[in-house]
Amino acid sequence: MQSIVEFKNIFKSYPGVIANDDVSFNIKEQSVHAILGENGAGKSTLVKILYGHVKPDSGEILINSDLAIINSPSTAKNLGINMVFQHFSLFESLTVAENLILGMNENISLTKLKDKSKTICDKYGFNLNLNSPISSLSVGQRQSVEIVRSLLNNPKILIMDEPTSVLTPDEISNLFKILKNLVKDGLTVIFISHKLEEIINLSDYVTIMRNGKVVSTISTQNEDPETLGYKMLGYKVSKAKQVRDINFSKDIFNINNLSTQSKDPFTINLNTIDLNLKKGQIFGIAGVAGNGQKELMEILLNENDYEFSGDIIFKDLNINNLSTFQRKSLSISYVTEERLGHSAVPEMSLSENIFLSMNHKREFKKGDFINFEKINSYASDVIKNFNVDTPSYNVKAGKLSGGNLQKFIIGREIMSNPELLILSQPTWGIDAGSEAFIKKTIVELSQKGVSIIIISHDLDELLDVCHQISVLYEGSLSNPLNVENINITKLGKYMGGLFD
Amino acid sequence: MNIELIIGILNIVLISTTPLVFAGIGELVTEKSGVLNLGLEGLMLVGAVTGFITLVLTGNYFYSLFFSIISGVILSGIFAFLVLNLMTNQIATGLALTIFGIGLSAMLGKKFAGTPIDGLNPYYFIVISFLLVFLVGYFLSKTKSGLIVRAVGENHNSAYALGYNVIKIRYLTIIFGGVMSSLAGYYISICYAPMWQEGMTAGRGWIALALVVFATWKPWRLLVGAYIFGGVAIMQMNLQAIGVKLPGQFFNMMPYIATLIVLVFISSNKVRLKLSAPSCLNIPYEKNS
Repeated sequence: MQSIVEFKNIFKSYPGVIANDDVSFNIKEQSVHAILGENGAGKSTLVKILYGHVKPDSGEILINSDLAIINSPSTAKNLGINMVFQHFSLFESLTVAENLILGMNENISLTKLKDKSKTICDKYGFNLNLNSPISSLSVGQRQSVEIVRSLLNNPKILIMDEPTSVLTPDEISNLFKILKNLVKDGLTVIFISHKLEEIINLSDYVTIMRNGKVVSTISTQNEDPETLGYKMLGYKVSKAKQVRDINFSKDIFNINNLSTQSKDPFTINLNTIDLNLKKGQIFGIAGVAGNGQKELMEILLNENDYEFSGDIIFKDLNINNLSTFQRKSLSISYVTEERLGHSAVPEMSLSENIFLSMNHKREFKKGDFINFEKINSYASDVIKNFNVDTPSYNVKAGKLSGGNLQKFIIGREIMSNPELLILSQPTWGIDAGSEAFIKKTIVELSQKGVSIIIISHDLDELLDVCHQISVLYEGSLSNPLNVENINITKLGKYMGGLFD
Repeated sequence: MNIELIIGILNIVLISTTPLVFAGIGELVTEKSGVLNLGLEGLMLVGAVTGFITLVLTGNYFYSLFFSIISGVILSGIFAFLVLNLMTNQIATGLALTIFGIGLSAMLGKKFAGTPIDGLNPYYFIVISFLLVFLVGYFLSKTKSGLIVRAVGENHNSAYALGYNVIKIRYLTIIFGGVMSSLAGYYISICYAPMWQEGMTAGRGWIALALVVFATWKPWRLLVGAYIFGGVAIMQMNLQAIGVKLPGQFFNMMPYIATLIVLVFISSNKVRLKLSAPSCLNIPYEKNS
């Protein structure tokens, strides 16, 4: 088989970072070629260059041995290159049919489009209703729309950027079946992922990237997750050890019958959620993104005066109507999903960010003045105790890497001695070293008697640290499963909405 | 009330509402593509004065219409360059355009104020305004180009990722909006009240802007809304004529109060507003590099 894509000495830098440093490798026709690397290794930048979305500083791309100058997504599409984005490029308020038409290179009538998309759906097992608006679809269905939209253009190369991060285990195996059939029919798939097992299951070749450079390009045949993981990181990571056989007794936090009735079709309504959390317990809320995690977190935080029915009880006190800061004063701490812009203000220094999150604390104020002495010493304690790699507490939050900032934010909350810590996506998009550190910290914290709720799409993360896991599906929460003897098939079914 | 009076009132409503339809339908297309142009009032005034001056100097209706439209192309083209290429704030730039237009039209028209001209028959324009609403509605809902305009206003990053030239599309919709505004101005100074007077559009640009929100970005609702506002404006005169004893200022306030009430009513339903507003409205678009 000959090479369909050849990257030659691709170089791309952003202020302060080199995203791609002299990247060269070839992709063989009619294969699944994976690009593996940690977040920030330069995978996404590289495929965006191939798709014409980003311009390289230097370097060449050959398509079928011919030099290709790809300035924009439309040139890429004319060359037969299509891409399915990690954060989908769909139009929420438009229907499936309208979204499909927008992606097509040619002008065709609606009836012809229906015929064409039906042929594709039947052949590969997609199930689409052309008249539904995108906003009514699940994440998995949205991805199907994106893939069908690409296939309508008869592409030669299909790029998929982290396609599995939003899917349930069943949907993932279904997607892999479809991709393998497509490759049989002549397609070349470029598959970006940081999940080792998936790469071994699906792909023929893998290019491993680290810090913008290609480490190696190899066949996946003789690899297993461990060897591949070592090649990706360059070092071994130790796993957090959670002690599971504890009898928890003391109730600390309860959610009873929590429901919402919003008419906004862009939000998910929560449906009679019950949750019971004991002292020292870690409770995981799993589920695919967009099933009500955001809404639940907003109610727990009470940032937006969300209307709901039901009760939230912390240590026998009903906290339904307490503001965020009143809840924090009761020793509940929060780490929200968005690091920059929600957990921290990128343009402000680390010290200032401490004050913003802790301004219910008296010791940080002198009258109406900020007590910078106290805040700075608090900040330097966080930096020291939580291995935050930064020259000083005066550095702007936006300058820290994702992993360092997340360690800082979690450290900031933990140092205020919470009894209940609520985390959303604590290790999303950070490097493996920081991830391991954060998991270890969380486990140790629970052993000291702090109760923790983790809302996460990353099942492996929850299985590593939690005592119990429930699944959130379309606003309903499943019964909790004990992690100690968990049945993964059952968990997968729960994630698809099949509760007991 | 007799039939003649009713027909008379309807006639006046038709004649006085048409500029709102022109300016509103243009702004609707601009906003559908994600750009908020607050410069309508200025564009209308400059369109009105260029049309008027050209007519006085040449006596040719075709030339006057042509130059009025050209003024809209130039001014909205400048606006487009500022907000799309230099990425200035759309609200500030739009306000500046209005202030600029008011001043420019006043300066250009100074010598011509009070010059008598023969006005054009407004009925041609009334028919054209109905046709335009129909065509824009058809364009936005039935054609691929219209779908692309909506897509750009809905999510400009996705539209770019699919290979569409966001900036070019927005240039076109902004210039369309500009031309419609100058047409509205032309109609006012050539048909509605054949004369030139400083600030003669009297806030109609702002009402047209409010109408777009009132119509929740749907062309046929814009037409209905425009006629309701036009009706309210005419009603004041008739109420005064039949001798309702209220201060005149109160009647003059009525269209603006109606605008406010409708806007408050519409923004009170946050969900509906969010559903119908173009998601990228007033959000600057920065091309990836």
